[in-house]
Amino acid sequence: MPLPPFQRTLEEHRDDLYRFLVAVAGRDDADDCFQETVISALSAYPRLDDAADIRAWLLTIAHRKAIDAHRARGRRAVPIAEAPDTPAAEPADPRGGPDPQLWALVRRLPAKQRGAVALRFVADLDHAAIGTALGCSPDAARRSLHEGLTTLRKEWTP
Amino acid sequence: MTKLEDILRRTAPPSDPEAVRALSLHATQAAVAAGAVPITFALTPSPLGELLVAGSRHGIVRIAYTRFTPADDVLTLLAERISPAIVETPSGLDQARRELDEYFAGDRTTFDLPLDLALVRGPFGRRVLEQTSRIAFGDAASYAQIAARAGSPRAVRAAGNALGANPIPIVIPCHRVLRTGGGLGGYTGGLDAKRRLLALEGHDEL
Repeated sequence: MPLPPFQRTLEEHRDDLYRFLVAVAGRDDADDCFQETVISALSAYPRLDDAADIRAWLLTIAHRKAIDAHRARGRRAVPIAEAPDTPAAEPADPRGGPDPQLWALVRRLPAKQRGAVALRFVADLDHAAIGTALGCSPDAARRSLHEGLTTLRKEWTP
Repeated sequence: MTKLEDILRRTAPPSDPEAVRALSLHATQAAVAAGAVPITFALTPSPLGELLVAGSRHGIVRIAYTRFTPADDVLTLLAERISPAIVETPSGLDQARRELDEYFAGDRTTFDLPLDLALVRGPFGRRVLEQTSRIAFGDAASYAQIAARAGSPRAVRAAGNALGANPIPIVIPCHRVLRTGGGLGGYTGGLDAKRRLLALEGHDEL
């Protein structure tokens, strides 16, 4: 099947991309990550294999942009003597979802687990599609998801 | 066991469609400004109904009456034939839109736009449209005359097909080609549009 015009592809998937990026990169970085994702996707789009899953492909790009933002944020961060036990509660904001503390914990997971959790519960992908988006096998995707959930169960207090 | 999973699903961040639309526009227009987009398009009103105007790096590649050819069909064909990297540019393609406005207002008789004939099929089709472009504002020619000028006097039907497939109507004035004897023939934007364009150019009672 030939690729649809990029404008239509973007209109179809942009809300999912944005929600995914708010989940993995946080509200403050989501806007920049989203715009970088759109620009990268647009320039790579003509070379996309037309049989590929466009949604998983877009989420792959978004995941990479979020990792870049995470690293940049780490470099910018001012070192403090002792890391706080729990992340500071984020101000209530409809864009942040109703449990900002839980999602702040998600964002502290290692990149692959963070991506797997968000792809599963925000983008509603199955293990195979999570694997495609993260560049790993469905089994590896399942393991990352499991490890992420295990950590969250330990750290999250409802 | 499933409790955490349910909560993650229920508390997943919602979207913000207006903000996301604005971010999308900002990103795509940055790519357009950087010259990184092969095809851009804009929808623009006209006295003959909404027009889709699309441009490539070489010039205007498509003008379509969206009432007759839906925008999605136009874009799908552009994606297949030229590039799928197609982006809407609501405030772009302004020279083409301005010249069209001036033409419809009666303030312009020729267009000064670079054209891209990438959607024209075959050398004969190209010659037909080149000859059609030479018909001046206010003049007309017959399908037979255009076929002859394009080098194949007997290919009248083929000339008609090439005109019917004109990807850049109005600017390539296929509305100025009529039946021998003065009948209207056909038009990609409907016969009423053809009649109104000819009336705008000073023909009456067609």
